[in-house]
Amino acid sequence: MIPLLGITTQALFAQLLVGLINGAFYALLSLGLAVIFGMLNIVNFAHGALYMMGAFFAWFLLNALHIGYWPALVLAPLGVAIFGMIVERTMLTRLQGLDHIYGLLLTFGLALIIQGLFQNYFGSSGQPYPVPELLKGGANLGFMYLPNYRAWTIVFSLAVCLLTWFAIEKTRLGAVLRAATENPQLTRAFGVNVPRLITLTYGFGVGLAALAGVLAAPIYQVRPLMGADLIVVVFAVVVIGGMGSIMGSIVTGFALGLIEGLTKVFYPQAANTVVFVVMALVLLVKPAGLFGRKA
Amino acid sequence: MMKRSLAGAACGLMLASAGSLFVSAALAQEKTIKVGVLTDMSGPYGDVGGAGSTVAAQMAIEDSGMLAKGWKIDLISADHQNKADVGSNLAREWIDQGKADVFLDLLTSSVALAVNQIVKEKNKVALISGAASSDLTGKACSPNSIHWTYDTFSQANSTGKAITKAGGDSWFFVTADYAFGKALERDTTTVVTANGGKVIGNAMAPLNNADFSSQLLQAQSSKAKVVGLANAGADTANSIKQAAEFGLTQGGQKLAALLMFITDVNALGLPAAQGLEFTESFYWDLNDKTRDFANRYSKRVKNGAMPTMVQAGVYSSLIHYLKAVESLGPTTDGAAIVSTMKAMPTDDEAMGAGYIRQDGRKIHPVYLLQVKKPSESKYPWDYASVVATIPGEEAFRPLAQSECPLVTK
Repeated sequence: MIPLLGITTQALFAQLLVGLINGAFYALLSLGLAVIFGMLNIVNFAHGALYMMGAFFAWFLLNALHIGYWPALVLAPLGVAIFGMIVERTMLTRLQGLDHIYGLLLTFGLALIIQGLFQNYFGSSGQPYPVPELLKGGANLGFMYLPNYRAWTIVFSLAVCLLTWFAIEKTRLGAVLRAATENPQLTRAFGVNVPRLITLTYGFGVGLAALAGVLAAPIYQVRPLMGADLIVVVFAVVVIGGMGSIMGSIVTGFALGLIEGLTKVFYPQAANTVVFVVMALVLLVKPAGLFGRKA
Repeated sequence: MMKRSLAGAACGLMLASAGSLFVSAALAQEKTIKVGVLTDMSGPYGDVGGAGSTVAAQMAIEDSGMLAKGWKIDLISADHQNKADVGSNLAREWIDQGKADVFLDLLTSSVALAVNQIVKEKNKVALISGAASSDLTGKACSPNSIHWTYDTFSQANSTGKAITKAGGDSWFFVTADYAFGKALERDTTTVVTANGGKVIGNAMAPLNNADFSSQLLQAQSSKAKVVGLANAGADTANSIKQAAEFGLTQGGQKLAALLMFITDVNALGLPAAQGLEFTESFYWDLNDKTRDFANRYSKRVKNGAMPTMVQAGVYSSLIHYLKAVESLGPTTDGAAIVSTMKAMPTDDEAMGAGYIRQDGRKIHPVYLLQVKKPSESKYPWDYASVVATIPGEEAFRPLAQSECPLVTK
């Protein structure tokens, strides 16, 4: 145990690991945002509300239908994605070609409505969701006690993030998708159904948010404002990473989790603001974000 | 000539209508009471006060029987978002526009401390039920306000004392980083050291924090016997849930929820909350009167929740306020109403008999409760059993220790 700036290395490792776990959530959420913005050019402010819906979907499956965590990990994102696709088809598609601000306002309004409805029904303190039986307990790592569930969230979200990156950047489907964003008319000429592709992509991004919601349910209270508290930070992550950059949002998500974790140890008062300080600094030096393509 | 008489007629009309306006205004003032509920409607304390506090205030207005006696009682409510500036602006607006003579609930200490100041300046009344900081009857006490339901001292003195005496003699605090959390930590520290314990350290978390793993790890590595949670609402629920996840209690540490409401127990569920000791000034299942009040309340709120002590306190304080105004006759002189309230003993369905001290502290018994095991819970909201009833004189800070300038020593 070597003390460093007043804390031991053991405690430092523990805080870094905890930061990484939080980073996993940031990464998963900002990834969905980046996919939606990168492919559809929509600033999806409803992302936090959709994350919350994912958690409530899992809660509902468990309490009304006695369907546990593992099926919920698939069913909840699917269910919320369908909701998202309906929103895209009925509302967002009308805003195509308009300024970003319209999409932003629409999704922001939607978020407020969804959160208001849930709050009206469930109140503000929320509902409990148990940790799945298989992942109960934890392991003593020597420097900290790591709950199995937290270890799972890190591994799982990292896998999902990398798979998504691979699918979009390295596969044929991803190539078509990027082509559809770049030049919809030309892509259509090749016989690709672009509107359907866009709807499915929005559904996928929304599904990622809901997936993060299900992952979060056993850790945090399942409550209507759980997304609202997180969304601002997640947006900062996306901006730092470079709007629309897939790898950028993954790396930045984990990195900011770490930075926040360290701040909680050394100067806890700034833990809530450190992300925005980083954002301001990055924007000053690289206005397009760390991984942004356009300067 | 014609012009002049027309002008005269117009003037006369204006005078006449102004006169009638004046008369009706005076009549209205005679029998009108304006009640404002200022609370957290949408944030982490929304279930502790929120819309439920408005329902409680409405019930008090109906139960007072004053409507039948020709009084007109207006009720207005708003969301202060737990922000002192938003709360202050709303308070000023309501006072300046004649919308409120009495402020109820005032959840969140930072908001209560700010509104307290304005209410004093404008000679209105603040009946604080939601906020916890004992400074409200200490150095920030006011002749225009009464701290009704509980405070950080009574919470510390009950839960903190019980746990320290039961052998929990070393403490680590996880503290909400604002006026309330700091006051609760300070008051609990006093109680712990007075009972032979010591405080090893603390970790701050901002209000409305989702992840407590960082703070809990620090608590764990401190090896303190007791981890005191100096937070409230959704923060308490989240930290208790995550403490279980990180195996704090399995490692032999004991959790002390220094401020936990019945709605938090409901949110956590009994499997996660069982065995926790907490302190309340009101529990719905104490006796026939509280049950009757709670059931009436429960039928009127959306999710069928039972009232928290904050909501019960809103009811209780407004009942007493209305009694005082009725005995005084129509007045909006805040200081006069408060001194009448202090002179009269309190008694109502929710909180029973009590009285109000010089420093504005309302005195009543305080209950040390323990969360039941899931197997012990027989009906909805059957969540706790009473471990001890602490008389008001013992629970609250003695007048002799008060920093309040209103106290004549």
